[in-house]
Amino acid sequence: MKYNDVILQTVTKFISFLIFLFAIYIFFNGHQEPGGGFIGGLMTSAALVLLLLAFDMETVRRAMPIDYKTMIAIGLVFGVGTGVGSFFFSTPFLSQTFGYFHFPVLGELELTTTLAFDLGVYLTVVGATMTIIQTIGEDK
Amino acid sequence: MSNWLILPVLIPLIAGIVALFFPKRVTAQRIWAFITSLILIGVNVFLLTYILANGIMTLELGGWEAPFGIVLVGDSLAVLLTTTTSLVTLPIIYFSFSTIGVGREKYYYYSFIQFLIAGVSGAFLTGDIFNLFVCFEVLLLASYALIGHGSTKTQLKESFNYVIVNVVSSAFFVIGVAYLYAVTGTLNMAQLSQRVSEAGAEPIITVIAILFLIVFGLKGALFPLYFWLPGSYSVPPTAIGAIFAALLTKVGIYSIFRTYSIIFNEDTAVTHTILLVLSAVTMIIGVIGAIAYRDVKLILVYNVIVAVGFILFGVASLNSDAFVGAIYYLLHDIVIKAALFLIIGALITAAGTSKLSGMGGIIKHHPLLTWMFFISALALAGVPPLGGFPGKLMLVVGGAEAGHYIVVAVMMIASLLVLFSVIRIFLQGFLGEPKLTHAEQHGSIKAQMPPIVFLVALSVFMGIGAEVMYPFVESAAQTLINPQAYIEAVLGGEA
Repeated sequence: MKYNDVILQTVTKFISFLIFLFAIYIFFNGHQEPGGGFIGGLMTSAALVLLLLAFDMETVRRAMPIDYKTMIAIGLVFGVGTGVGSFFFSTPFLSQTFGYFHFPVLGELELTTTLAFDLGVYLTVVGATMTIIQTIGEDK
Repeated sequence: MSNWLILPVLIPLIAGIVALFFPKRVTAQRIWAFITSLILIGVNVFLLTYILANGIMTLELGGWEAPFGIVLVGDSLAVLLTTTTSLVTLPIIYFSFSTIGVGREKYYYYSFIQFLIAGVSGAFLTGDIFNLFVCFEVLLLASYALIGHGSTKTQLKESFNYVIVNVVSSAFFVIGVAYLYAVTGTLNMAQLSQRVSEAGAEPIITVIAILFLIVFGLKGALFPLYFWLPGSYSVPPTAIGAIFAALLTKVGIYSIFRTYSIIFNEDTAVTHTILLVLSAVTMIIGVIGAIAYRDVKLILVYNVIVAVGFILFGVASLNSDAFVGAIYYLLHDIVIKAALFLIIGALITAAGTSKLSGMGGIIKHHPLLTWMFFISALALAGVPPLGGFPGKLMLVVGGAEAGHYIVVAVMMIASLLVLFSVIRIFLQGFLGEPKLTHAEQHGSIKAQMPPIVFLVALSVFMGIGAEVMYPFVESAAQTLINPQAYIEAVLGGEA
């Protein structure tokens, strides 16, 4: 007997995008409201795990050819990089700064260097979670 | 300028992260690890001279003022330790090139070593007790990865014990920090010191002090919390065992130094008596193990435990001579344990076994290795011109000043037995009848000699150049005896 996953796969295609969107929303909201890089990253990995459940590992890898170990490294570069920046402005290590910028559609927004740090956290969390799940999931 | 204080943590961190990008290029990994550890030594030596000239250096991370943000404090004790750490890391990394094997090197070996060093340096420099916990976890996570690296059967077995013990002790650490925070309402060590002295000799403070002693005793292998150490330090490859023996227990000891001198200095009768008794028993247990075993790695591992007892005896004596001795011994012990582990690694390569009964006559084919071992054995025991002597002398002087004559006697006897345990390796393993012909001896140890010679030379310098080092150690002991300078440096003049 052959299983037919057509309902699961169709729903996943739709739902995973919603989860991605919500993860990104939570990530950008971290400064003013509950949320931030950690929970945003976990939720992104949740969307990826849902894809892994509905399809197999090869398909997901072909759809998103990402090396998650390198992703951890890039995340760490962002995290440390925001700190290293303070060397060039002779402020204490890990100081943050912010500014107001005008964007075409969104209007005036506050951007801080903390966001770059948070992006580092986000990438590291996604990378680490997905590395763990992929390593355990593969039979080798 | 004050940003320089983060560099002992930042350089290994960046080095480790960059090495993550090219795990399979072993040659590039080696060159990168070597260059960054060289830079680390340069920065540390510069910081050390700068601090001796200008006094305690502080860095408020993110620009937040001291009790509210995390502060890094570079007093001479912390920077002496980061400098010694970096001086020991370089030879161990060099030793890894020829011994650790390409298979291991491809799986992020050098990144883990660098993260370990970042955690160790961070633990030495931090001025915030929760940040100390975080640095402990950074170095412990790296050490979990290293202890099981390569996944041999014995490694997996021992890494399981090691992880369980450390997870439990970390949980106690968090509980201790929570209690301390509930009582004092701060996590900054300088402010903790003030708040605790305002509270005076309250029993709850003593309870917390003992809880911290349990935590750091577990990390630093103090009796009766040393049981995990012999197994987990003897199973990983030599280079990893060397870096563990040189650095990991020392971070626990350093934390006892800090907490017992700066924070818990009000009601010393109870806590320091407990510390005194435990340090004496630790010495005894250590030498019993060192004499009992016929396996060269285990003999050395028990010598690590003896040294923990010696150093903590200095803290328990609580006077400036004893502190000078303890710091000097701590610094020298980092170097000599790394040297001895590397020598034993080379010996095992040459003899093809770690059993003392299976080796003999190594001197015939490896005279340099033999004499290096002989020098470091004498330095470990504390024979006068060599590195172990000044520290032990000051420990004895300080201990006698405090009136702990029995423990001083225990210490002298323990030193003798330590000498006996390593000289037995010398007599039976290096001298004696050759068991293997040159052709039978496994592999060449030529590539392993430069780091060994470097470390032994460093140890000899610490003995002969004691005059050069004394001002640094003296000023380090001053901040421990008189924490007021530390508090003022962190919280500003009004404190």
